[in-house]
Amino acid sequence: MNFETIIGLEVHVELKTESKMFSPSPAHFGAEPNTNTNVIDLGYPGVLPVVNKTAVDWAMKAALALNCEISRHTKFDRKNYFYPDNPKAYQISQFDEPIGEHGWLEIEVNGEKKRIGITRLHMEEDAGKLTHTGNGHSLVDFNRQGTPLIEIVSEPDIRTPEEAYAYLEKIKSIIQYTGVSDVRMEEGSLRCDANISLRPYGRDEFGTKTELKNLNSFNFVKKGLEHEQIRQEQVLLAGGIIEQETRRYDESTGKTVLMRVKEGSDDYRYFPEPDLVDIVIDDAWLERVRAEIPELPDARKARYVSELGLSSYDAMVLTLQKPISDFFEATVKAGADAKLASNWLMGEVSAYLNAQNKELEDTELTPEGLAGMIKLIGEGTISSKIAKKVFKELIEKGGDANKIVKAQGLVQISDEKVLLEYVSNTLDANPQSIEDYKNGKDRAIGFLVGQIMKATKGQANPPLLNKILLEEIAKR
Amino acid sequence: MAKMTKEEVIEVAHLARLAITDEEAVHFADQLEAITNAMELLNELDTEHVEPTTHVLPLVNVMREDKSIEGLPRELVMKNVKEHEGGQVRVPTILD
Amino acid sequence: MKLADKTANELQELLHSKELTIAELTEATFKRIKELDPKVDAFLALNEEQATKQAAEMDQTDTGERGPLFGLPIGVKDNIVTEGLETTASSLILKGFNPIYNATVVDKLREAGMVIVGKLNMDEFAMGSSNENSYYKNTKNPWNLETVPGGSSGGSAAAVAAGEVPFTLGSDTGGSIRQPAAFCGVVGMKPTYGRVSRFGLIAYASSFDQIGPITRTVKDNALLLNAISGHDEKDSTSANVEVPDFTAALTGDINGLRIGVPKEYFAEGVSEASKQAVKDALKVLEEKGATWEEISLPHSKYALSTYYILASSEASSNLSRFDGIRYGYRTEKAGSLLEFYMNTRSEGFGDEVKRRIMLGTYALSSGYYDAYYKKAQKVRTLIKQDFDKAFENFDVIVGPTTPTPAFKIGEIIDDPLTMYANDILTIPVNLAGVPAISVPCGFDNGLPLGLQIIGNYFDEETVYRVADAFEQATEFHKETPQTWEGATQ
Repeated sequence: MNFETIIGLEVHVELKTESKMFSPSPAHFGAEPNTNTNVIDLGYPGVLPVVNKTAVDWAMKAALALNCEISRHTKFDRKNYFYPDNPKAYQISQFDEPIGEHGWLEIEVNGEKKRIGITRLHMEEDAGKLTHTGNGHSLVDFNRQGTPLIEIVSEPDIRTPEEAYAYLEKIKSIIQYTGVSDVRMEEGSLRCDANISLRPYGRDEFGTKTELKNLNSFNFVKKGLEHEQIRQEQVLLAGGIIEQETRRYDESTGKTVLMRVKEGSDDYRYFPEPDLVDIVIDDAWLERVRAEIPELPDARKARYVSELGLSSYDAMVLTLQKPISDFFEATVKAGADAKLASNWLMGEVSAYLNAQNKELEDTELTPEGLAGMIKLIGEGTISSKIAKKVFKELIEKGGDANKIVKAQGLVQISDEKVLLEYVSNTLDANPQSIEDYKNGKDRAIGFLVGQIMKATKGQANPPLLNKILLEEIAKR
Repeated sequence: MAKMTKEEVIEVAHLARLAITDEEAVHFADQLEAITNAMELLNELDTEHVEPTTHVLPLVNVMREDKSIEGLPRELVMKNVKEHEGGQVRVPTILD
Repeated sequence: MKLADKTANELQELLHSKELTIAELTEATFKRIKELDPKVDAFLALNEEQATKQAAEMDQTDTGERGPLFGLPIGVKDNIVTEGLETTASSLILKGFNPIYNATVVDKLREAGMVIVGKLNMDEFAMGSSNENSYYKNTKNPWNLETVPGGSSGGSAAAVAAGEVPFTLGSDTGGSIRQPAAFCGVVGMKPTYGRVSRFGLIAYASSFDQIGPITRTVKDNALLLNAISGHDEKDSTSANVEVPDFTAALTGDINGLRIGVPKEYFAEGVSEASKQAVKDALKVLEEKGATWEEISLPHSKYALSTYYILASSEASSNLSRFDGIRYGYRTEKAGSLLEFYMNTRSEGFGDEVKRRIMLGTYALSSGYYDAYYKKAQKVRTLIKQDFDKAFENFDVIVGPTTPTPAFKIGEIIDDPLTMYANDILTIPVNLAGVPAISVPCGFDNGLPLGLQIIGNYFDEETVYRVADAFEQATEFHKETPQTWEGATQ
């Protein structure tokens, strides 16, 4: 690669308030088209906006969580543009006095930590939703119109698509911790546009950037940037120039395609919203909101390493998603060993969720259930192998590990006499294996263990079984 | 100062989504030029250290509690809509 | 004496004594409107069926439960949204628009028991000083049917002057209540910005617009302002201040009142008749114990430019929502979305509206914002400070409402700058946001002249007290225009 890649991201996050940013209609996702609107959302003649206080609180909370400085004097502005999903033909947004500025977050890629700057975080209202019918017209649903949004603009500090991915994961994680949004990309409560440009190494000024839109998952952001990086490099190497344009990522071809060329800069004619008065944030307000911010992923991660002895990587993975991290803490609190709990969550639990395409909260597993199971393993009541059976039961049907083990007779066989009987019977039936073992074929032992496990339905205590088996072979 | 050209008027009209003929553009150019020339009067004043006024009243922090009120019935939403389909408002396609 | 001659109090006495029912009063009102409005053209739409029904029901209400405006008829300017009653702001772009909600002031009128008889003509989207910018009709001045009633609340002022209705609501952005009130010889009040909710007022310039009452007497005016004032949670710019009983201020006592008379309001362009009428008025006020002094509001001459930049800028944004998608006029000629927008809007808006949209769009566009919009916002501060300083030493500021009396229809319609100059004495008040009233103070060639009384923020009481004292001492408000002759109601 002859060029350095410069990436900046604009992330929109919908706040999950009960009502809209400037009107009291419900701000919930998934209602029938045009049933969650009122005359304010519809931009009727004569209507006026009124600011939702919770939305301001939450925007401030997100800004603080992203290490932003809070503007003590902030205001709303009108951004003027015509579009059918924008009923007033202006969006109420913030122009020169955003609620938060100069923030940052830390990402970790391939074990390296890096701080990415956040230029600004501002409040605005979402637009309606347009559907294209393909027969000469489009349809508008105004339900989403007016939903509170925060826009988070990064500094052009991101250098690779992997870093972009990590930045998005981190933003999602932090916002999720603050509880102000569902941050679900599939429901549109988190959206991302990416700016990307290339410049020869060593040059200070940026190259012409393109903007990528319609990026429907973090993966597509990464793939779109990867493709755009190559495309721009090819254009530049061929002596071409990059046009300032908006492109979209085509999921089916894996390529970016031109949407529109920007004509100069769009003239949005921003001016202060005369229908809304200024917002002045005093210390008391700021501190009240700050106090409501829970422990954030970085702090949790550090605690997991120092107090619970987890590896830095494990701690990072565990803390990325708040539900998983909360679950982990509850499991440890319920008496489970931290390392085992971490292994289970990152191993079996995560594999199950991926395979079933589910969220943890959609399953029947409880921290108490998982902790109970981990305790049974530790006490030797069940083997790891049996534990997998118990786990499947716990995550699909729920309940108490102890009861499941008892009801299904899954308790480990640790009685030497009982095991001896299984061992004797198996050795009697497999003289060839004894022969093989004595001739140096260690594999034969594995075969014999397998036979005994089969006979005991996996309930034999593995170390004890091993010991008895070796003793008995030696006797023969 | 502000000499307003027909082209400038057409550009402004485009921003405002107003279709105007060349003839109208010339007419508006003359009138807008006269008006903006009159506006130049303000340049007599030194306002470097003057704060701009957006609101005449010293009101701040006017906000409402986050309580929702059920949306309008869809019949009302569509009452003044000339073209709609399946509960959605119809507009000419945006894909030019 | 006909019903049209009567004040709210007199009508209320008739209703209480059962000499008159609300149904009869409503019927007589419609009769008079139908007799006179073909000449005056004040009304755009009548609400006869609904009003008649409402009136009959209201007659059942016990007189003890009735407020001072209960059962009285009122007309509403057509930029105030009325549920179920066509609201057009006199624009083609809202032709047939059937609102699904009420402006806060309309709800307040209903609470007061007033009967809305119809919607009143105006300059399109309140942009104009003559009512010639209405898409639908030219309202005429009842004092001389060849002259304009003023604007933009020309229909509201003319309807009261013609005695078609005793009360109307207007709106005032740069003089749109006071100027037509002066032209039509009636009383028009622009309250302090924030006194009356703007929710449901179709916005022209949000930081200036204010709804206010137009009536034949100061007392009726104060009664109506009582009914429509007050904080509204739906309007973030409405002030959360207590609303006094404005009628309680009408004591007639202005002894010791200090009046400031700005020399700038007697500058070039203000007719001798207007100046003389104000001078005469000052004598009347002096006789009642007030004192006056010449003062200076030094930035007055910048008010017009400041206003047209700021108001047009806000308007360019406020009027962007009229795009034919969710309500109102929709073009027949559109292939693409861009054509749809451009054709709908250029067919739906009149010339003056387009002119201001373009001026405002230009003033806000990149490269010009600082030179025009921001500069004007700063000058607005200076103009506001002029008033703040004056009110440190004076209780009210008095001057003419308009430079001249009403002009002829068609006389200056093609000369925007001359038309704008009509508002030169009213605009500073909107830039500052203070309250001001216009009361009849004389005649020039048979056309009324208005006296403007400007008060400090939220001091409508003093404004009313002075206006009432003047009205009590003069006979101008008792004069009636020629259109009254021969009217049967």
